[in-house]
Amino acid sequence: MAFVTGRSGAGKSTLLRLIALIERHTRGQIIVNGQNLERVRRKRVALFRRNIGFMFQDHRLLNDRTVYDNVALPLVIAGYRHQEVRKRVQAALDKVGLLSKQNSLPITLSGGEQQRVGIARAVVHRPTLLLADEPTGNLDPALSWEIMKLFEQFNQVGVTILIASHDLEMIKRMRKRIITLREGRTLTHLGDHHEKK
Amino acid sequence: MKPVRSQTAEYDSKENFQSLFESWSLQHLQAFFFSLGQLCKNPVASFLTAAVIGISLALPAGFFIILENTRYITAGWEGSVEITAFLKMDVDDATAKKLAGKISEMPGIGKVELVTREQALEEYRQLSGFAKALEALDENPLPSLLLIKPTHEEFVEKSAGEILNKLKVIPEIEYAQYDQQWVKRLNAIIDIVKRIVVILAVFLGLAVLIIIGNTIRMLIYHRRSEIEVAKLFGATDGFIQRPFLYSGFWYGIFGGLIAWVLITISLLLLQAPAKGLAQLYASDFSLIGLSLKETLLLFLSGVLLGLIGSWISVQRHLRAIEPA
Repeated sequence: MAFVTGRSGAGKSTLLRLIALIERHTRGQIIVNGQNLERVRRKRVALFRRNIGFMFQDHRLLNDRTVYDNVALPLVIAGYRHQEVRKRVQAALDKVGLLSKQNSLPITLSGGEQQRVGIARAVVHRPTLLLADEPTGNLDPALSWEIMKLFEQFNQVGVTILIASHDLEMIKRMRKRIITLREGRTLTHLGDHHEKK
Repeated sequence: MKPVRSQTAEYDSKENFQSLFESWSLQHLQAFFFSLGQLCKNPVASFLTAAVIGISLALPAGFFIILENTRYITAGWEGSVEITAFLKMDVDDATAKKLAGKISEMPGIGKVELVTREQALEEYRQLSGFAKALEALDENPLPSLLLIKPTHEEFVEKSAGEILNKLKVIPEIEYAQYDQQWVKRLNAIIDIVKRIVVILAVFLGLAVLIIIGNTIRMLIYHRRSEIEVAKLFGATDGFIQRPFLYSGFWYGIFGGLIAWVLITISLLLLQAPAKGLAQLYASDFSLIGLSLKETLLLFLSGVLLGLIGSWISVQRHLRAIEPA
């Protein structure tokens, strides 16, 4: 688990986008999960992304679908069977404490709940890597802390998590590795060094 | 942490073929019903689109039915050929009779019937309605005529032409013609109309393509955020385009259905007047509708146009949407 921080425009989001192959890098090498991203051809991008879970500041839930359908999306994309989908979606919703809301529309949930649905969707397909871009940007400190603890739990069961955030106060309290970027360059490396990326 | 095999399984060719096929057909089934559900969410808009497609399909199909009926009617006329030979005015009945006998012995001639000048006059008086006008004339203006039937039933242009040429050199015959001329002209006109129907069908088919393409384009942009998210979570192009292709399929099916309903209603409306007209001609003709094969063809063309239209639209617009 690691945090990327820096001012706006420092390249936090760009780093996440490069890892997710939304953008292609022009210099150097990116190796994710032992895979050199240069070698991932356009046709393989979709399959590559199935190893990754995403979270956004604006959560990007689909407002015309229920919480259940939103969380099920990554599984439906991967072609899981109904029974398997149900099992995993309910497990993921249970984990974020929203199992009772599975038939609600996202718009009827509070901001914190929506963000938790976003987490459930990001982990439901058991990705090896979770990318979160300002996941707590819209939440108050208490809720943010709750979300961070949730991330920590997933990290403890083996998911690598990379979070872009400018909330320095909070991420320092998490005692994880912090990468500070400025104008696209690594400025500092702080914190927990036995944590592997 | 256990090694993650499930996520990489798709590009491990170890994943067996059967389960790949299962998830493939499952996804097709999902897209099939999902796209139908999407259509039903906006019933009015979907119906309007389908109605435009239906009308565009019904127009050429309707013309096709009119042509089929015309062809059916004229088919009865075309079968028998009859040559009419007008004799010169100074040929008397006895000579005419002798000539009729002589012609009937010629090769290729089946039956010769003589209509004398008096018979012709009588017939004209009865049928034309100009009886009064005839009384004003001093003498019978009509020539005797021979109605000649060739031996073969079918109308053969070449043999009929040969007989005609032979008849024309007989001195007693003023003029000979076969009655098929106007049927041939009618057929020529029908051929032109047929061509027009084909051109019309092509244009309207293009219109259907454009309508469906545009509808799918709107659908794509309407669901832009969904496509972005799906791409982010590893959806292949095939997965994303599938529901849109099925939407095109559904529009085609419903368009075909509406076209079929329109045609059936029109035929029902035309049935009674057509019967009335047929009775005036003492014919038991009744309108021919679409056969099963033609109905299937109508639906098939709707479906094909729907699929092609949506495919073109998907190719053009889906690629442009990438997660940002």
